[in-house]
Amino acid sequence: MVKIHERKFVSCDPEKCVGCQICEYACSNNKEKAFNPLKSRIRAVRQNQVVNMAVTCRLCEEPACIAACPRDALSQSEETGTVNIDKDKCNGCGWCIEACDYGAMMLHPETKIVYTCDLCKDNEDGPQCVKWCPEEALTLVTSDVLAQKARISAIKKLFQDRKPQ
Amino acid sequence: MLGYAGKVLYVDLTTGKTRTEKLNEETAKKYLGGIGLGMKLWLENSAAGVDALSPENPLVLALGPVSGTMFPTGGNGHAFISKSPETGAVGEAVSHGTFGSELKRAGYDAVIITGKADRQVYLWIDDDSIQLLDASSLWGKSPSETEDAIKDELGDYYVRVAAIGMAGEKLSKIACIINEKTRAAGRTGLGAVMGSKNLKAIAVRGTKDIVTAKPTEFMEMVKEFHERMKGPSTQKYRTLGTVENILINNTMNCMPTRNYSSAKFEDAEKVSGEALNAKYIQKIIACSSCPMRCEHEAVVREGPYKGTMARMEYDSLWALGPYTGVSKLDALIKAAELCNYYGMDAQSTGVTIGFIMDVHERAILTHEDLGMDAHFGNVESLLQLIELMGKREGIGDTLADGVKAAAAKIGKGTEKLAQHIKGLEVTGYDLRCLKTAALAYAVSFRGADHNRSSAYVVDMKGRVDRLKAEKGRGKIVKDLEDSYALIDSFIVCKNSRGSFYKELEDLARLYGLVTGYDITPEELTASAERVNTLARLINIREGLTRADDTLPWKVMNEPIPDDGPVKGAVVTQDELNLMLDDYYEARGWDPDGVPTKAKLAELGMEELTSIVESKEEA
Repeated sequence: MVKIHERKFVSCDPEKCVGCQICEYACSNNKEKAFNPLKSRIRAVRQNQVVNMAVTCRLCEEPACIAACPRDALSQSEETGTVNIDKDKCNGCGWCIEACDYGAMMLHPETKIVYTCDLCKDNEDGPQCVKWCPEEALTLVTSDVLAQKARISAIKKLFQDRKPQ
Repeated sequence: MLGYAGKVLYVDLTTGKTRTEKLNEETAKKYLGGIGLGMKLWLENSAAGVDALSPENPLVLALGPVSGTMFPTGGNGHAFISKSPETGAVGEAVSHGTFGSELKRAGYDAVIITGKADRQVYLWIDDDSIQLLDASSLWGKSPSETEDAIKDELGDYYVRVAAIGMAGEKLSKIACIINEKTRAAGRTGLGAVMGSKNLKAIAVRGTKDIVTAKPTEFMEMVKEFHERMKGPSTQKYRTLGTVENILINNTMNCMPTRNYSSAKFEDAEKVSGEALNAKYIQKIIACSSCPMRCEHEAVVREGPYKGTMARMEYDSLWALGPYTGVSKLDALIKAAELCNYYGMDAQSTGVTIGFIMDVHERAILTHEDLGMDAHFGNVESLLQLIELMGKREGIGDTLADGVKAAAAKIGKGTEKLAQHIKGLEVTGYDLRCLKTAALAYAVSFRGADHNRSSAYVVDMKGRVDRLKAEKGRGKIVKDLEDSYALIDSFIVCKNSRGSFYKELEDLARLYGLVTGYDITPEELTASAERVNTLARLINIREGLTRADDTLPWKVMNEPIPDDGPVKGAVVTQDELNLMLDDYYEARGWDPDGVPTKAKLAELGMEELTSIVESKEEA
């Protein structure tokens, strides 16, 4: 079993994300053998021209989706932290979609069963969105690594005027 | 055959009726898609001599065979085709973004819009459900505001929208059609065609799968092109962007300035791509499926234009800046934003303003006539004129139809100051010292246009003597035009053209992997030639002749005045005649520029020989 802080999820750096949707294409192609953003587990969002970011499952410690499911169709993998969906139990009611603050739960347009990011557990080279992202805006990270990055960037900002001239 | 959705949507705005027809596979193979397929469908659905702003003029929206796939830049383009209200010739404009991919997923290769709605409407394509919805509350809004309002109304933020602004509503002949707020099908005034139909916008939502014939090999090709597009062939677009040309063209004395008064701008440094990027570029964003990304978003953070945001490209920056003598970058970003707001082609807008400033400098129209002091370099006049053109107020009403119409209204010899070809305003390359480009512009089927061939590259890279008109240029222009016909018919992005190292082989391979139909490079060449010949046939049907393959008055009569390597350069009628003959010959057309029956037979275009026959009888 993996310790909680070692769980990795797909994180997007909004500074780097250009909104190209290649992650959506790579995901839907990998999972569904088709180019269809509606079947992607990660979604590129364009707030305006200069605010772009792709969003997918955050692998929460206390997933609201699981708590919201009235049919016990959702469970969290102890090993990876990903949310498993029991296809036989899910009836597509959408409580989990409503509960998720990140829009990471989606209803499949054809099967009408919910689905979410499973970190491409069947692919040896890991999440395909990360692999294909041309801007390296997507990374597979732990919350510890993200926190480290944030600390470093905060310090850099604090001391940016102290660089030797 | 995969790659094509297999369906063409017909929308009759007069009756409100819609229907679909199966895409003719034979036509698709012959004309590929994009502008090729679009022009064929336009021709089949229109009558000779149709008034561009009448209900009878169809507006065609066409996609390419790779639209909707993950192929870098290939998935995302769309083309609008119609008769141009500005030129009376083929009107065609390609745009990228995500609109095209969405339409392909909705299940269509093309949409043919005819008639005129009896009220203001927008077209809502929701997969198989087609509706005309009320647009009265959208009238007067910018394309960007329209997009937001439609998304709100439909309650779906993934809806893709292409819309016109106030300029299109008011039938300005330089109005464009803007999708996703910043991407324009800019040239030839197709926004006015939409406006004439009372059609404010087209909104699309597509949910269908796009699959390719050979998925594994296709993804390998995608990977290969991702790598190519991160390499040197597209570096310019990834870094400075097209605005890099400001300093390049200026250094080479081929940047028309102040309405072709000069080929050099003394303030080029101030409006250079380098200056723009250092101070204003906030982010470079991408169209759908593009690993290259090139859309440079400029944001003004302080001063009188604080809060302005616009996408900047060479031709918009050049036309609004050096061409009008304005060298204040923040004002030029504001000017570009205003063009987007009203939905006007920024190039045509800038050239038209450069023209009226020239008219004013020569005191043909006074301060009182114009209602302002429109001298070259006057920032306030530039912004005021754009507003007036967008609203069709005051002198703006005269200018809103572009430079040719403006000169015709003003008279007094101003025709000689109007820099256009076939009615379409010139672009940022001084044709007097780029003679291959001069030929290419003269023969371009949509008018003054570097985007039909990029022949200027041959001149500027020194592959030929750019000051010399000689035999052989015709073949160069023909080959480039054919190559560009492929780019715009597949609809891959022109900025990615460098990544097709073996252009024909690469495109043929792509076509095969997507459609499952193996096409040879030779067949592709024939298709490309067919597309250009088709455009010519349309122009002939609409009454254009060799006499329309000409150059602006200043290009032929006012030599470049600046000291330097190109001083005195001009294109004479004799030089042009020599190059035209050479070009027609290379194309297999007769000396009047009419495709011969033999050529049509060779290209398998016999069904269109009646167009050249009627020409012979006349």
